[in-house]
Amino acid sequence: MAALDQGARGLLLGELLSGMALTLKYFFKPKVTLNYPYEKGPLSPRFRGEHALRRYPNSEERCIACKLCEAICPALAITIEAEPRADGSRRTTRYDIDMTKCIYCGLCQEACPVDAIVEGPNFEFATETREELFYNKDKLLANGDRWEFEIAQNIAADAPYR
Amino acid sequence: MPKLTIDEREIEAPGGITVLQACEMAGVEIPRFCYHERLSVAGNCRMCLVEMERAPKPIASCAMPVGDGMVIRTNTEKVQKARNGVMEFLLINHPLDCPICDQGGECDLQDQAMAYGYDRSRYQENKRAVSEKYMGPLIKTIMTRCIQCTRCVRLATEVCGVEDIGLVNRGEHAEITTLERAIDSELSGNLVDVCPVGALTSAPYQFAARPWELRKILSVDVMDAVGSNIRVDARGRQVMRVLPRVNEAINEEWIADKTRHACDGLGRQRLDRPFLRGADGKLAPASWEQAFQAIAGRLERLTGDKIAAIAGDLCDVESMFALKDLMTRLGSPNLECRQDGAKTGAGPRVSYLFNTTIAGIEEADAIWIVGANPRWEAPLVNARIRKRFLQTGMPVGVIGEAVDLTYETQYLGAGPESLAEIAEGKGAFAKILSDAERPMIIVGSGALARADGQALLAQCRAMAEALGVAGATAPEGWNGFNVLQRAASRVGGLDLGFLPGEGGRDLAGILDGCEQGAIELVWLLGADEIDMGRLGKTFVVYQGHHGDAGAHRADVILPGAAYTEKHGTYVNMEGRVQLGRMAAYPPGDAREDWTIARAFSEVIGQPLGYDNLGELRQRLVEHNPVFGEVDHVASAPWASFGEAGTISPEAFASPISNYYMTDPISRASETMAKCTEVFVLNGAGQATGTAG
Repeated sequence: MAALDQGARGLLLGELLSGMALTLKYFFKPKVTLNYPYEKGPLSPRFRGEHALRRYPNSEERCIACKLCEAICPALAITIEAEPRADGSRRTTRYDIDMTKCIYCGLCQEACPVDAIVEGPNFEFATETREELFYNKDKLLANGDRWEFEIAQNIAADAPYR
Repeated sequence: MPKLTIDEREIEAPGGITVLQACEMAGVEIPRFCYHERLSVAGNCRMCLVEMERAPKPIASCAMPVGDGMVIRTNTEKVQKARNGVMEFLLINHPLDCPICDQGGECDLQDQAMAYGYDRSRYQENKRAVSEKYMGPLIKTIMTRCIQCTRCVRLATEVCGVEDIGLVNRGEHAEITTLERAIDSELSGNLVDVCPVGALTSAPYQFAARPWELRKILSVDVMDAVGSNIRVDARGRQVMRVLPRVNEAINEEWIADKTRHACDGLGRQRLDRPFLRGADGKLAPASWEQAFQAIAGRLERLTGDKIAAIAGDLCDVESMFALKDLMTRLGSPNLECRQDGAKTGAGPRVSYLFNTTIAGIEEADAIWIVGANPRWEAPLVNARIRKRFLQTGMPVGVIGEAVDLTYETQYLGAGPESLAEIAEGKGAFAKILSDAERPMIIVGSGALARADGQALLAQCRAMAEALGVAGATAPEGWNGFNVLQRAASRVGGLDLGFLPGEGGRDLAGILDGCEQGAIELVWLLGADEIDMGRLGKTFVVYQGHHGDAGAHRADVILPGAAYTEKHGTYVNMEGRVQLGRMAAYPPGDAREDWTIARAFSEVIGQPLGYDNLGELRQRLVEHNPVFGEVDHVASAPWASFGEAGTISPEAFASPISNYYMTDPISRASETMAKCTEVFVLNGAGQATGTAG
């Protein structure tokens, strides 16, 4: 009896048709894939991407060289050297992040008392050489300038939950 | 001894101590800001409040002497509330700038706020602001952070002996001020250490590093012969700062400014590779092989008496021992470790030590200083003398240059004739000395580093015996005869016998020999203070760490390690053997000094018999068992020393004209240059040659 049933299904192409029906159903559904890089998925305001050093609106750099991020970094990716600037304020002379060591845990931005070091929304910073991933202070400040609008928005969006 | 109960535990405390000290004895921690073990009690921070039975309100434990039957409680709700309240009041006007404060991470206020404070503030008004005060090139002030504990005021007046700093105004307007004068003391760096907050911070170290990123190495200082115990804080290959470490027998918990702040000189003017003087008369970089071959080539046709070696002031015992061995192999008797030309050393050990010991100063009841300026030659010895002076008001007599020693002195004269007068028993001070039970004589290099040094030494010894300072006439166990050494390497070198051997030349002889051509090769082991102009045409090998006078004159430079870059043994002026430890590696091709002598011995085919530090130290102890007794002072038996001779009437001159620059490290230091400008040149703006 089972052999007869199977034979009938084979003859009537039942499986093929049910498969085709599923295909047809998905054909009219909205697509789950994205046309990356022309389309991108939504990001949480808490997304931890590429690092940036921010400035105050008067373009003064925020970082005060307290070295808390360096101390908390579990991957020892951050290196800071500091000395007094000409006006006597405490500033870094060197702020390096080794992005190949970084594990993107976000502890640095949690530790920062002045919201200077942040992990921005940018995740597209792949490079062709390893050396390009050793970020220095200039690169990080440039990142900050470039992403300031998005970063500020993200911080504002997340602020009520802190 | 009063018995008291602390937190339900009964303890017996010695009378005269405070409740706070008794609590510490009982193992109970009492928070405090103004109280400091070595300073007078102020009792103004109120952080140490504890509850005492039958007292209407909490008492300040730092100011309350213990009494029999006291019942103290430190863990009640009332005490906690009192601490909370004090902490909240202190934080009202304290800025929340811990992230930019250099004290962050090692701050008493930060720690105690975490342990005893509330977690939030109820204060809504404006905080007060206080303008910064000028305290000289070593201390940076951020006076808004000050909590008016007055530790700095008490330290400056009690230990440093300068009254340039004080608290003015009252209540909210109270502030510490110096009236815009630099703190002119050799111990001013300690103000930074006692400050419990970040109001006084080290200016050269400002913003340089955080305490948690530093490697802390316990070592010994070489800037003077006191042998202060220090902690070297290093990051990577760089020494960031030097801090004191407690040693009651030597430096208590203070260190001198040169010890603390000359460390930036370790990064400048360094010799990091061998150099060879070429045919054009210029020094050119070379390899170790080339440098060794150049020396070996010179040595080939030289007999031992044409070779000499002079050791400098900062050398460790190991390097001098290795060089001495090398010179013995070369057959040279011309060794000298007294580059200031001092005549002491060849005699018994008692003739060149600070026999009373530094802690022993606190038993003296009269001190007589001959040809020394302890304030500059050994600031911590001076601090001890001041401490004793404050306790008892003992008489201190000075022969030599008239200088302000921070305590009251009786000026007795400038030169040997005043010495002779006292020897004859003339004058009031001779009577004071002979009446005193435990008198001390401190003889400095101003008297001993001259041609008639041996005769002066003999005279001082005779007087010590006559006046009951030392020897048979002194009280049992008392030896008040002291030589104030200035160089960290000196006592070690003398114990080692880094001295002219049989028929050997001393410093004057070596320099004469160089001028006349009798000495053809001289090996300078970090010796920079000799008169380089007198070396004539001699082939000079300079082994050392800084490009100073010696390296300038040298024909071959062998780069060595500074005191923070090698494990070394040092013997301080008391004869105390101490171990210095490596905090960072020497720069470039530079090597630990004893290994240089060892490597060179291989080149000339006469290898020294040790391949590592352990073997070397073993040989050292075999050579002189003194080196085996680390951190221990063995009293030297009294003996006869010195040679009678004619004494020139010339006045005793201080060997140091500038405290802040006495050795290659401090001369290379920028901080010390700033201090020189402010304290020695008094801001006269005289060109130092480095400006512009």
